[in-house]
Amino acid sequence: MHNLTNLWLAFLDFARSPLGKSSAWIIVITLVLIISVALLTLWERKVIGWMQLRRGPNRVRIFGFLPGVGQPFADVVKLLLKEVVIPANANKLLFRLAPIITLVPAFAAWAVIPLSPEVVVSKADAGLLYLLSLTSMGVYGVIVAGWAANSKYAFLGAMRSAAQMVAYEIAMGFALVGVLMATGSMNLGTIVRTQEGGILAWNWLWLFPLLVVYFISGVAETNRAPFDVAEGESEIVAGFHVEYSGIAFALFFLAEYANMILISALTAVFFFGGWQGPFQGYPGLGHTFLGQPSFLWFGIKIFVLLFLFLWFRATFPRYRYDQIMRLGWKALIPVTLVWIGVEMLLAAYRLGPWARPWYH
Amino acid sequence: MLIQVLFHVFAAILVVAALGVIIARNPVYSALALVMCFITSAAIWLLLEAEFLAVVLVLVYVGAVMVLFLFVVMMLDINLAELRKGFTRFAWLGWLTALAVIVEIAGVVWSRGGLGLDAGRGAVPEPADYSNTLALGSVLYTRYAYPFELAAVLLLVAIVAAISLTMRRRAGLKHQDISRQVAVRRADRVRLVKMDAEKRP
Repeated sequence: MHNLTNLWLAFLDFARSPLGKSSAWIIVITLVLIISVALLTLWERKVIGWMQLRRGPNRVRIFGFLPGVGQPFADVVKLLLKEVVIPANANKLLFRLAPIITLVPAFAAWAVIPLSPEVVVSKADAGLLYLLSLTSMGVYGVIVAGWAANSKYAFLGAMRSAAQMVAYEIAMGFALVGVLMATGSMNLGTIVRTQEGGILAWNWLWLFPLLVVYFISGVAETNRAPFDVAEGESEIVAGFHVEYSGIAFALFFLAEYANMILISALTAVFFFGGWQGPFQGYPGLGHTFLGQPSFLWFGIKIFVLLFLFLWFRATFPRYRYDQIMRLGWKALIPVTLVWIGVEMLLAAYRLGPWARPWYH
Repeated sequence: MLIQVLFHVFAAILVVAALGVIIARNPVYSALALVMCFITSAAIWLLLEAEFLAVVLVLVYVGAVMVLFLFVVMMLDINLAELRKGFTRFAWLGWLTALAVIVEIAGVVWSRGGLGLDAGRGAVPEPADYSNTLALGSVLYTRYAYPFELAAVLLLVAIVAAISLTMRRRAGLKHQDISRQVAVRRADRVRLVKMDAEKRP
């Protein structure tokens, strides 16, 4: 009994230390993210259903209420109980490893994202580079899965996705160079703080072309429609995860949706002022909650951007492969290069973000 | 203490992964072991408070170079038996090269007194507000601005050279002109004909 008390007290001490607080936030963020992914799959099916004049999932209830909300949880139970079939000639080790490789970067990236003015797990100065390097590691899961499954369809999907991700990463990186120029920092917390001053001070206004490029590249990077040739059902069945079943497939699914949330969060941080309130500093509104920075705004921004992902999926037909490559290399990258040039001029004449005190 | 333990863990993983690169029979395993090498060396650099180098190593080599490498290795149909045919005949050459490299590295480390680093203990701790990224940037863009720009131009020349070497226009090559495809109108493709559904009696 005495030992137990000591253990509990030691645990409390640990929980109060900086390391303990970070660990607690890591657990909270991971759990919230997993629940959000579950609800996002439901929201996606509902939204696309409404857009196509259907009802979407409306059978499985939670405790007899909220028709449809139990659907993702029922799906998870179903996937957990199913057998994970490993094809006879597959590379067993890599086949099992691939879903984990896909999943880890999608979660690890949240370490540097500032959730609210106070809450961020790591205030790394190279946060932006850390994000870029992690998002670029996600492609390994896809390639390894496609190769290890020893299936032609899976391999074709993996090859397509690898080429696509490498192409769009460059446009994404260049768009972030523009953000870097406008905020003068690679620390995500500082990037949000420099966008202080209401909705017109956020980066989207002066970096609008970069916002468009970044978000399109983000959609391509997550292999979502209309860039989902890596799993084009009409041509290669399900692409890189065609041989996966049960919970192994669910991990790919989880990673895809976690990446969607991540890209939305990053777009909010880089271009929409992260946790900054939209009416900050406006007379009358600035002192109410509308002007105060909080997690609420960050959440709303993520939600709106996620809705765009679903809207794209319900609206656009899939790109052909050569059109994807053309768009990435010949349209998006030149746009970013031109806009970086424009930013140099803006900086020279002290306009927009460069009129702020950090730039002197 | 923690840093020492971490260093030895990462160093052990690095050595095993590096051995895996050359020992693995499957070239795809070799490439993946190389990825592992890069990631663990990045982790060791992080322990030495060189976070910029660590992140860039992962970003450039793991994120871009090795993806393309893996891409090619997976596409190749390598005949392993053919590759291993002359192994014993040339093994002595390999050992000799390895020995030479080891002697060179040992010579450098020994003559400089261990490069001024007690590897296991990590770097001399910097103050809390020290940023390796900032320090590197300020040196790179002030004192070494010209060498830096020269290196950038050199890379650009290499890109242009690589493209001009591989760009060939074969005669009779057919390709799609996408702007024409997009600009197509209904009138170009479909002709609507008005006619009676049945023959007139």
